[in-house]
Amino acid sequence: MELDPILLARIQFAANITFHILFPTITIALGWVLLYFKLRFVATRDPKWMAAYMLWVKVFALSFALGVVSGITMSFQFGTNWPGFMETVGNIAGPLLAYEVLTAFFLEAVFIGIMLFGANRVPQWLHTLATFLVAFGTTMSAFWIMALNSWMQTPAGFEMRDGVAHATDWLAIVFNPSMPYRLGHMLLASGLTVAFLLAGISAWRWLRGDRGPDVRVALRTGLLIGALLAPTQAVVGDLHGLNTFEHQPAKIAAIEGVWQTERGAPLLLFALPDEEARENRLAIGIPNLASLILTHEWDGEIRGLDEFKGEHPPVAPVFWSFRVMVGVGLLMIAAAFWGLWATRRGRDPGRWLARGLVAMSFSGWVATVAGWYVAEIGRQPWLVHGVLRTADAAGDVPAALIGGSLAMYLALYVGLTIAYVLTVFRLAAKAGATASPAQPPSIEAPATGAPSHA
Amino acid sequence: MPETLIPDLATPAGWLPVVFLGLMAIAMLAYVVLDGYDLGVGVLLRGEPEADRDRMIAAIGPFWDANETWLVLGVGLLLVAFPVAHGVILGALYAPVALMLAGLILRGVAFEFRVKSAPHHKGRWDFAFFAGSLTAAFAQGVMLGMLVTGFRNGPAEIAFALFIGACLVAGYALLGAGWLVIKTRGDLQLRAVRWARRSLGLTALGIAAVSVATPLVSQRVFDRWFQLPELVLLAPIPLATALLFFVAWRSLSRLPVRLSQGNEYGAWVPFASAVGIFVLAFYGLAYSLFPYLVIDRLTIWDAASAPESLWIILVGALVVMPVILGYSALSYWIFRGKAEALRYG
Repeated sequence: MELDPILLARIQFAANITFHILFPTITIALGWVLLYFKLRFVATRDPKWMAAYMLWVKVFALSFALGVVSGITMSFQFGTNWPGFMETVGNIAGPLLAYEVLTAFFLEAVFIGIMLFGANRVPQWLHTLATFLVAFGTTMSAFWIMALNSWMQTPAGFEMRDGVAHATDWLAIVFNPSMPYRLGHMLLASGLTVAFLLAGISAWRWLRGDRGPDVRVALRTGLLIGALLAPTQAVVGDLHGLNTFEHQPAKIAAIEGVWQTERGAPLLLFALPDEEARENRLAIGIPNLASLILTHEWDGEIRGLDEFKGEHPPVAPVFWSFRVMVGVGLLMIAAAFWGLWATRRGRDPGRWLARGLVAMSFSGWVATVAGWYVAEIGRQPWLVHGVLRTADAAGDVPAALIGGSLAMYLALYVGLTIAYVLTVFRLAAKAGATASPAQPPSIEAPATGAPSHA
Repeated sequence: MPETLIPDLATPAGWLPVVFLGLMAIAMLAYVVLDGYDLGVGVLLRGEPEADRDRMIAAIGPFWDANETWLVLGVGLLLVAFPVAHGVILGALYAPVALMLAGLILRGVAFEFRVKSAPHHKGRWDFAFFAGSLTAAFAQGVMLGMLVTGFRNGPAEIAFALFIGACLVAGYALLGAGWLVIKTRGDLQLRAVRWARRSLGLTALGIAAVSVATPLVSQRVFDRWFQLPELVLLAPIPLATALLFFVAWRSLSRLPVRLSQGNEYGAWVPFASAVGIFVLAFYGLAYSLFPYLVIDRLTIWDAASAPESLWIILVGALVVMPVILGYSALSYWIFRGKAEALRYG
């Protein structure tokens, strides 16, 4: 069988970036949640806040390590898999990535050492400051990487000279047309992922009979964040969609499954897009709703895929990823409000609510990854929209070499993701075993398994 | 080789690539020394009792993450300042890079999983820690070997690259053992002294091999070293390297007696001389290669980004680098002294 090296390079990069994004999605928002727990503890001296901090700082450390190692892989794969990317748009992408390393990576990497292991070596204020700087660093990292990704979707502030992009206006590059929407959308996605992780893991502890005040406070914090952010995300997502409609109409046509330009397009709830026949099979939709959402007019016009023949992304993956993302988002809105209502004024969550929340522990991952597939597959065949095609950026590494390393990476990623999920639950079980409500856990809990009397 | 390929250094297109080569070299050197010692500790982990493994990892726990970030900066600078070379070099090094990344991934996650997954899995994660460290160190040595021979893939070149891989493992073990001599006490500290002594030979062989191979591969490198007056002016580099090996060897011979009497005087000498050896070897190699990124094929000016993009990175780097160095120093100061069991809080 002839293996296409470009396809393999894409699968490898997609596998790596999918694995990578799982962990920043958690650390970006969890950093701020930890700061919140820490500040509440400093303010109230109530040990439940410290107990919650102690569990979730472990989850943070684990997620952070996975994010770092998979991120390092990314910085190499830019060169090994897509040499044409930096050769063509390196003048733009380079400084954005450099600023990420300089303003975010070192900040996070140094202060996480102090945040995790320095509590009894530095004054309280410095430890709180370290916690803040780690959270700030993860968010700065998101800022730069979203600026770069948005620029790849909606490039601005540059000119082409001899086939190479040159920067003309750095503010226009960083704050390109889709950047504010995309950054907001991603930060909210991170917040929601952490909200449901907090709620799901806490509900799991509650179901196991581990019902201390720290469990309750983490559950409520998760539900509250969820109830605040899930509806906000719906609004921001809508604005983001309108922005994409303006700048990347082919992506919207694929999302909505609109093959021919039409007025009053329906919102398809289900369909099997058929790339060969260039039509949908088994389509079920709500008449006119897609046009109404995108154009705010009952029979507004949506440009169809036929206007972008040969220039539009594969339809089915974009179409379905979008529905998975929105579906999970709607579920999140419902679950967060139900949970918040059910646990009001100290009430216990019901068993079914708790089970539902456990099932949704990692729902943020599903929605986030699906959303990224919409954004990234939806940009194809372009790597940088209108500037550089993915096929033109690929290197000439032999297929066998990419295939071999791909198999190695995949085995590693699948194994590590399973280990991660199991370990998060294990940490939660252990937190419950060591902490009884009457006796909050020692702040001295060992982090390496070393004897704690050392 | 005519030196006319160097453009006018008074123009930004001339001197900016030189400045960025310098920044990249500093980042790479910082990476090799810093992650070198923590990868070295990982390599030495194998077969140690659990309590000692905990202590060894506690000696690098607060630092490894920042150490590894220098790699991102080094590769990042290669990527942003010399995009063409980034593609050529990483394309040629595809296999060892993939191997190194797998090693770094295993090592990095093992830090966390070894204490957070089920206790009966700890031994397995510690093995992953060791295997990941070894793989990463070895792969980096192979890359160095391939870079020195200009990516020629004959059997001799491959054998040479594999040999350099083994030597770099020894070099990192030397750094790691030196670090453990500073950060641990008791029996473990004495064993670290022995590990350091055992690593000296292969480290020296590796440096000698690279020094012999580079002028053999390139007539230009040969002329740079073995002409007068260069031969005399450059003589201090190999001489100082030999002197540092002697200093390290003598210190490692004397330390066991002194340390077992509880006298820490000179405990930092093995690590410091190992760092000195790495700095000199790095400098010698950089002198040989300059101004090429790929030996005798691609110069820094062929590969450089547009000056306006280099400017904006330089401004950022000049503002931020001192801050990074400042808080890195703060972190080493906070965690100074003998390593204690790592605990959260």
